Amino acid sequence: MQTSPNESERLILAAPATEMAHEHEATAHAHEEHPDLRLFGFTLFLVSEAMLFVGLFVAYLAFRAVATEWPPAGTPELEVILPAINTVILVASSFVLHQSEAAVKKGDIPGMRAWFIATIAMGAVFLAGQVYEYTQLEFTLQTGLFGGTFFVLTGFHGLHVLVGVLLMSGVVVRSFKKEHYTPQKHFGVEAANLYWHFVDGVWIVLFLLLYIVK
Amino acid sequence: MAFPRINAVAFWMIPPAAVLLMSSFFFGPAQAGWTSYPPLSMDPATLIGQSLWLSSVILLGTSSILGAINFVTTIWEMRVPSMGIWQMPLFVWAMFATSIIILVATPVLTGALLLLSFDLLMGTVFFNPTGGGDPVLYQHMFWFYSHPAVYIMILPGMGLVSEILPVYARKPIFGYRAIAISSMSIAVLGFIVWAHHMFTSGTPEWMRMFFMITSMIIAVPTGIKVFSWVATVWGGKLRLTPAMLFAMGFVSMFVVGGLSGVMLASVPIDIHVTDTYFVVAHLHYVLFGGSVFAVYAGVYHWFPKMTGRFLNEWWGKVHFYSTFIGFNLCFLPMHKLGLLGMPRRVAAYDASFLDLNVLVSTGGFLLGVSTLPFLGNVIYSWLKGPRATGNPWEGLTLEWTTPSPPPVENFERLPVLTVGPYDYGHAGRDPSEIVRH
Ligand code: HEM
Ligand SMILES: [Cu+2]
Repeated sequence: MQTSPNESERLILAAPATEMAHEHEATAHAHEEHPDLRLFGFTLFLVSEAMLFVGLFVAYLAFRAVATEWPPAGTPELEVILPAINTVILVASSFVLHQSEAAVKKGDIPGMRAWFIATIAMGAVFLAGQVYEYTQLEFTLQTGLFGGTFFVLTGFHGLHVLVGVLLMSGVVVRSFKKEHYTPQKHFGVEAANLYWHFVDGVWIVLFLLLYIVK
Repeated sequence: MAFPRINAVAFWMIPPAAVLLMSSFFFGPAQAGWTSYPPLSMDPATLIGQSLWLSSVILLGTSSILGAINFVTTIWEMRVPSMGIWQMPLFVWAMFATSIIILVATPVLTGALLLLSFDLLMGTVFFNPTGGGDPVLYQHMFWFYSHPAVYIMILPGMGLVSEILPVYARKPIFGYRAIAISSMSIAVLGFIVWAHHMFTSGTPEWMRMFFMITSMIIAVPTGIKVFSWVATVWGGKLRLTPAMLFAMGFVSMFVVGGLSGVMLASVPIDIHVTDTYFVVAHLHYVLFGGSVFAVYAGVYHWFPKMTGRFLNEWWGKVHFYSTFIGFNLCFLPMHKLGLLGMPRRVAAYDASFLDLNVLVSTGGFLLGVSTLPFLGNVIYSWLKGPRATGNPWEGLTLEWTTPSPPPVENFERLPVLTVGPYDYGHAGRDPSEIVRH
């Protein structure tokens, strides 16, 4: 075990001279830049976000497990039609947004922008549907574990949809700047895509847990 | 750093979090301990203070997540091209493992604290048994983070010691890969031991068994590290500088804490001594004898690198010996107090515990006094200490190839490694020839 650094060192020393020279050349400029790692970092951030939702989902399942009855007696039935439509809209919007990446890779900035605007509209419809659903419900955040978990989970997800809409609007605004997004460099587009797919995935789990699996 | 600006954001979240935490004292202070268990934390009398506490901890958690993103990205993507993962210094391995724990565990704590805040401020009943809620669930969520959190506190210390021991023993680290892999396996295993803090929370029998076994298993990678450190020092040409003394103090004191940890992991023993001073003794041997000793060792080792000046070695030894004696005087008797049944978190105690408590208090005061030579040394040496060269300890890791203190950009050109981080004691190698430019 202990020999490993020595072994590896031998490997390094044995590296072909050309490679060394190449490295030398690459580092000749003192202020060279490292590659763009923002997408890597953003993905790690989403891992953390996912764990937050995992925590809340597991808490929800635990509450259901300890409750003598679920949904508790006297809780009105949850209406499924509206959230189902919302689900279709959100899932579809993920596919719509996906087109934006193809567009930007072809250098088609107006096209990319159009896909973004379409997705923003679908996100807004989703949020409006959610708000409408809230106004129709006969229970509140304070209605026991059922109301509490329902509003915290959907509310928290809704907040993420809102943030997604804002992120996408930011991309639209920036896309008017010349050369801001190029076929090679378009971190904002990629990040907004990733985030939106994430929010979409969370919703699917949430929809199944809250509305479907009884 | 991959994302310097995010690093700054993470850093500057800490002062406001501190203000929130401290301001809690002025508004019916939070007094539910660091665990903040409901229903204790839901006392209406401490509502504002507790809420401030919660917001502070959520902010701190977010700050550490941002920091962890930075560390993982930097370590994974930005090593110099000639450094593969098996040439990374062990401290870097330790920070990598720590950052992964932070990324995965912290959000779950955030979730628990958010739900608790809702209970406090919005009238929900998640953890309120009178409304059908489940206070034990809070404990699960809390410890899902807070057991891994003890590794967040100790893994960097283990990394520091793995750096420091070889330098002053003039020997290659023993079991480089074993230490690196054990850091990663501690990070992973650390996620399945949390309920050992809940053996007396009405935890079902199967769960107790499961968590007892996993907790004992996690002592194995920990033990591998300890044996590797001992083997590293064994037969070496030891230079007993303050850094080395603290590093060896770390190893020996951490072993004591690890042993009491394994005792606590055993359900029958834990049921007897949970919530007594035995637990307080355990956590101080791992956190003070462990983490704090490692930080001291790190300060003595890297002070010349950070400031360009040496700390005074004689005062450093005074600091070490007074800390070591004060520490053991303070915390060793707590084992016995706990076994005799003295409860933790209670200010008053039975008269029969008096004698041992006198020892504890004496040790406590000595420990307090022991910080004075350290603080004095740091302040004086920073201003007036003798100048240090770039590599005063003849270390082989990259930081020692820079001048002391390092220039803003660290390296003018990316260095090319020619020596592994721990290749000490090989004939014919000049320690100043670590890299090729
Ligand atoms: C060999 C590995 C370890 C094992 C098996 C272990 C086991 C345990 C157990 C079973 C408890 C619960 C005692 C009780 O409340 O009844 C405990 C408490 C504690 N341990 Fe460890 N431990 C280990 C290492 C560590 C390390 C490395 C740290 C920190 C650096 C640490 C910090 C703590 C703290 C702070 C507590 C008290 C938590 C509280 O406030 O209730 N432990 N340990
Ligand atoms: Cu633990």
